[in-house]
Amino acid sequence: MQRIGVFVCWCGSNIAGTVDVKVVAEALKSEPGVVFSTDYQYMCSQAGQDLIKNAVKEHNLTGIVVCSCSPRMHEATFRKTASAAGLNPYMVEIANIREQCSWVHKEMPLGTEKAIILGKAAVAKVSLNTPLTPGESPVTKRALVIGGGIAGIQTALDIADAGFPVDIVEKKATIGGKMAQLDKTFPTLDCAACILTPKMVDVAQNENIRIFSYSDVEEVKGFVGNFNVKIKKRARFVDETKCTGCGACIEKCPQKKVPNEFNLGMDNRRAIYIPFAQAVPKVATIDPDYCNMLKNGKCGVCSKFCAAGAIDYKQKDEIIEEKYGAIVVATGFEPISMDKFDEFAYSQSKDVITSLEFERLTNAAGPTAGKLLRPSDGKHPQKIVFVQCVGSRCSACAEKGKEYCSKICCMYTAKHAMLTRDKYPDTEVTVFYIDVRTPGKNFDEFQRRAVEEYGVNYVKGMVGKITPEGDKLKVRASDLIANKQINIDADLVVLAAAIEPDKSARPLATMLTASMDTNDFFTEAHPKLRPVESPTAGVFLSGTCQGPKDIPETVSQAGAAASKVIGLLQKNKLMGNPCVASSNQLMCNGCSSCERVCPYGAISYEDKEFPGPNRTVKTRRVAVVNPAVCQGCGACTVACPSGAMDLNGFMNTQIMAEVDAICK
Amino acid sequence: MKVSYFPGCTLKNKAKELDRYSYKCAEVLGITLEEIEEWQCCGGVFVTAKNEVASKLSSVRALKAAMKKDQPLVTVCSGCHNVIKQTNYAMQNDKEFADKVNRYMAEDAYNGETEVYHYLELLRDTIGFDKVKEKVVNSLQGKKIAAYYGCLLLRPNSVMKMDDPENPRIMEDLISAMGGDPVIYANRNECCGGYIALESPEAAKIRSNDIVRNAKAMGAEMIITACPLCKYNLVKNGADIPVVYFTELLAEALGVKENADG
Amino acid sequence: MDNKYLKEEIIRMSGVNPKKCMKCGKCTATCPSFDEMEYHPHQFVYMVESGDIEPLLKSESLYKCLSCFACIDRCPRGVEPAKLVEAVRLSVIRKQNNNHLKADDVPALLDEDMPQQAIVSAFRKYTK
Repeated sequence: MQRIGVFVCWCGSNIAGTVDVKVVAEALKSEPGVVFSTDYQYMCSQAGQDLIKNAVKEHNLTGIVVCSCSPRMHEATFRKTASAAGLNPYMVEIANIREQCSWVHKEMPLGTEKAIILGKAAVAKVSLNTPLTPGESPVTKRALVIGGGIAGIQTALDIADAGFPVDIVEKKATIGGKMAQLDKTFPTLDCAACILTPKMVDVAQNENIRIFSYSDVEEVKGFVGNFNVKIKKRARFVDETKCTGCGACIEKCPQKKVPNEFNLGMDNRRAIYIPFAQAVPKVATIDPDYCNMLKNGKCGVCSKFCAAGAIDYKQKDEIIEEKYGAIVVATGFEPISMDKFDEFAYSQSKDVITSLEFERLTNAAGPTAGKLLRPSDGKHPQKIVFVQCVGSRCSACAEKGKEYCSKICCMYTAKHAMLTRDKYPDTEVTVFYIDVRTPGKNFDEFQRRAVEEYGVNYVKGMVGKITPEGDKLKVRASDLIANKQINIDADLVVLAAAIEPDKSARPLATMLTASMDTNDFFTEAHPKLRPVESPTAGVFLSGTCQGPKDIPETVSQAGAAASKVIGLLQKNKLMGNPCVASSNQLMCNGCSSCERVCPYGAISYEDKEFPGPNRTVKTRRVAVVNPAVCQGCGACTVACPSGAMDLNGFMNTQIMAEVDAICK
Repeated sequence: MKVSYFPGCTLKNKAKELDRYSYKCAEVLGITLEEIEEWQCCGGVFVTAKNEVASKLSSVRALKAAMKKDQPLVTVCSGCHNVIKQTNYAMQNDKEFADKVNRYMAEDAYNGETEVYHYLELLRDTIGFDKVKEKVVNSLQGKKIAAYYGCLLLRPNSVMKMDDPENPRIMEDLISAMGGDPVIYANRNECCGGYIALESPEAAKIRSNDIVRNAKAMGAEMIITACPLCKYNLVKNGADIPVVYFTELLAEALGVKENADG
Repeated sequence: MDNKYLKEEIIRMSGVNPKKCMKCGKCTATCPSFDEMEYHPHQFVYMVESGDIEPLLKSESLYKCLSCFACIDRCPRGVEPAKLVEAVRLSVIRKQNNNHLKADDVPALLDEDMPQQAIVSAFRKYTK
């Protein structure tokens, strides 16, 4: 018989406000096996943990039930406590009477009743607990960074700097991401390229970093410390090792009408291209959708002019398999489509543009060589209207906008408005805003400078309709302070489009079994205390894949993610999770049901000899679980028709005992 | 194929041609419009208040008549369409309202079973613009035509669900099917002033002029509409390009206009 | 009438939750009747929410809304201001002798081309 101790936590008033903790402690005292039961204000505090340790010694406890918050929060804490008191850490059970009880109930009697029931279930379970010992697994000392924007770049550099090899997988032909497309950066107005491109070069020259550009992650298997990843290197039809990036092929390519995605389609590139002058790797890529040679075999000009002999029309996609100890997601963002917001006439007029398009229009390397000219007629716009929150803070229609604040738009709009007034003082610039949100270092000062020193006209209100007519854009808007409707005949309108996670994030999350929120942002392990870790062990988050953020924040998070990766990679061994499945081979009939449902590929089969009647030996096919790969999800235990499969720490008998205790 | 048809009061009076051409075109395209028996005026506008019941009964009766024949209910007037579709939506989604309505109804209850189509949706989704194109005998080639939607066809989008309310295509695609060049202009989904014309004709004039001016500036030589009130407002306030019902233009393209006029 | 009761009645009748408003002003920016209105769509939302309904009851603005639903479709928060305007108007015209339009006045307003739709719509909006 176990000797069980019950410890009911108040969590300040979080639990005690809705659950009568004294009554709970008292009620659980009479449960079978319980020899000690008490309550305390903060069980997770040093004093609370000491209380547990002392009780273990005084009452010779063999099992512990802590009625407190979610096990995701403090199960590890109390296991350590048990361990320090000489108990096996797996002799601890948590009854979640906070998230699943006090926080969802309002009335004390109901909350108390439910807390007692949850406590009884935990007592019933711990009575059947057995000591478990985790296995150990080695750590592959190499990291994978998915995404080569500023987040991925910074993370890779920091990991490499600590001496570990890192691979960057970037789906585009070059690293650099969105920051490479920006002109200047707020609030200091240093040029994005001047601070980004040196880092890109550092990446290229770092011996510890390999770049797989024009590549995608195809498959992820394994677990923390031991991921097996397949990377698809898409054919770029150019041998990267031979190409010198001289650009002769590009000059000669006759296919000149390919929309240039780097300039957001505002000018054209060739079918063979290098995205921009500072691209890393600086090698050409052939666009198979436009190349005549690849489409119908009629051309071959680039091959003729390539002195290095790097063109290879027969190049195939290549699959690279590599092992990694840690994976960092840095997949970044995209501005949302403006298709569904045509009250702003984005699809009707070339002179209604997004803020990212504005960046390219003012960038010296952009389609207008940095001169602010209207896309429609190349004239200098005299009146410019900026519209903030287009699709952000939009809860009315999920398929259209985003409920969240995109965070960066207030500042980049202030930057655009200020720079326009600085460079072209004859331009009238109006910004329509709902709220101006500038909570960053020197941010509000920056926005106020745009107003006070540069004369940007900020109007509290929103644009309701834009009507292109002649060479003007008729903007109808509200000015809420003046309680007026105002009409502006503008020459250019810039929409601050909401940002959303890159489309590749959702399938990647599935591969990584990493969780996401409803907006497809990756979820952190804890919103405050573990902000750069995914709940999936060994998967870390960097940059806007986790939520909207600006460059300084992204770089901070990138560094933080790198330090977590370094902390992991410097370990030689990892303690595994002992709560894994195991098969009772005497009962297993080798039907493969468990193998089919296992999401981790942890189950294999072996032929094993079993003694038969009359001293014969029978060979049967039976399931074997690889404990290093098993994540303890329990799918196999449910699928197994013969009841051979069971999960340590969550044995079928334990689960049924919990159910019985609840239904009693 | 046979469908139930709700013409509405205006189509039997000031907008008889809208009604007539609708019949003729449907016939050519293999659809029979069966007018609902003893239909009553829809009321012109949908009153959004949840506790407004009596004024919506005529729409429910029409919907129920279509249900009994197991036919979709087709309307061509934007006003009727808006009222009937919104009423049907309320019958489907607002149980309290539906219960109240059903207490006024003879026999069995109605709970939004009927499908409501605008004539344009019938052309797009049931007949198909490809089929329309095949039947065109007088192509409108070279004609720059602006579709005017107004507000009733598209809004509220959550109920009407006919097209993208800010960038609709349905009438433009019809114009293309008839061989014409659709003119895209932003004010095609702005309000003409509607019933304010009765009390404040000046206010309606400003709205209507905004629409015609914008359409012309974008190159329109003609405006088509589905709404008698829109047509009235645009014409009354001095549109100097033709404003016609889309069914009239369709009848012309299909070669049945004179036949209908005679 | 007690404002608190009236506010509740208007909210219930319209099905609108004015608390959803984030005060962006897009409704007022897009309203075609702005120039004719004394109180504008965003003010209807704000004034109903704050219980300041008396001025709205007396205002001609009630009869200037075209029910074009532009404010409803373009509102980023799904507030539906036009439904509030309608509910306030109904709470006025549903009272005895409060019809805004009288049948006797109609003939003088007509011209020979005016479609029936205009007349029935105006009656539906202006009278009980």
